[in-house]
Amino acid sequence: MTYLSDVVALTRKDLLLELRAKETLPSMLLFVLAALTIFHFALPRGAGHTAALGLLWSALIFTALLGLTRAFVAEREQGMFDALVLAPCDRSAIWLAKSLAVLAFLAAAEVVALPAFAAFFSGIGGRTVVAVALADLGIAAVGTLFGAMAVAGRARELLLPLLFLPMAIPIVVGGVGGYLWFLVLYDAIFVVLAWATFEYVVAEV
Amino acid sequence: MIAARALAMRYGDRRVFRGVDVELADGAFLLVTGPNGSGKTTLLRVLAGLAAPTSGELRRPERHTIGYLGHDPLVYRELTPLENLTLFGRLYRLPERGERIGMLLERFGLWDVRHERVSTFSRGMQQRLGLCRVLLHDPQLLLLDEPYNALDAQGAALLDDLLGEERTHVVATHEPQRVEARATQRLAFA
Repeated sequence: MTYLSDVVALTRKDLLLELRAKETLPSMLLFVLAALTIFHFALPRGAGHTAALGLLWSALIFTALLGLTRAFVAEREQGMFDALVLAPCDRSAIWLAKSLAVLAFLAAAEVVALPAFAAFFSGIGGRTVVAVALADLGIAAVGTLFGAMAVAGRARELLLPLLFLPMAIPIVVGGVGGYLWFLVLYDAIFVVLAWATFEYVVAEV
Repeated sequence: MIAARALAMRYGDRRVFRGVDVELADGAFLLVTGPNGSGKTTLLRVLAGLAAPTSGELRRPERHTIGYLGHDPLVYRELTPLENLTLFGRLYRLPERGERIGMLLERFGLWDVRHERVSTFSRGMQQRLGLCRVLLHDPQLLLLDEPYNALDAQGAALLDDLLGEERTHVVATHEPQRVEARATQRLAFA
């Protein structure tokens, strides 16, 4: 119960910070809409549904990357990792809470992105919606872990894409192909791995 | 409370300090002095468990018994003082946190601004809130890095009172006059 209440308190803090600062979600929304608009004009007339779907997944991955670069801004700029790490809570609760906040921002961006895609390109099937939801889990889990790693590094703006984008390739493959079980497997592996390794990412000692 | 032997710290090729021995009993007051960049902050981070020494032996208390104030007050600027302290009160599992938070905010003169965002505060008010956060769980060991930074006369007097309380203190400062009299041990970096 204490673990859960730590996660709730930390997630509430992250959502509250975004509600006040309004920096992450508006940029994600603007980015995904701009990307889909550009793709709409870039894709040749008569191109197939799979090609359009590929562009949707590219837009979603880069939108997620934008959100992830901002996920630890408060911790980085205000040194808050020190205060959080000294608290006696399980450090994986920090990762889980941040992942849940990232998941919420992704879901909010997709509530706008998916109808926009349907309007610009072709309809969205239920399988794609499920694939996007499953992909969000993996993106939030892996991206939050790498986001925390990047905070400690010097070239953090470069480090996060370098770490995250290769790990996003299986998500794109599973998403475009509609391989839901593949996405479930990806989530299961990387959620557990990220949860178990976060402790070593944030603590030097 | 703390036992450190032959502590050394390097960042790449740069040696921050070496051969540091510290033995602190309960209630001791260690004053760490030295110019900017001499290793005071790094030593406090090592003692807090926020950085690993390159070599040496270190025994220190559990992290939940440590109160650490760094160069930054370590509070979320987009939250209010009440929200910040409630968050840390939960993470430190304080049973009667409302009462404790109220008492600290009163003590450091922040009760009237408890619902205002920290980003609207002066640096001195943020430092006072940082001290509230540090004291929230009533730590046995206080590690304070330049704690008088940005504090006005009233804030400095509040900090003087705090440093007079029955605890183990490690205070790093390049202006030692203010706490010199309280120090039971001294460590000077060159």
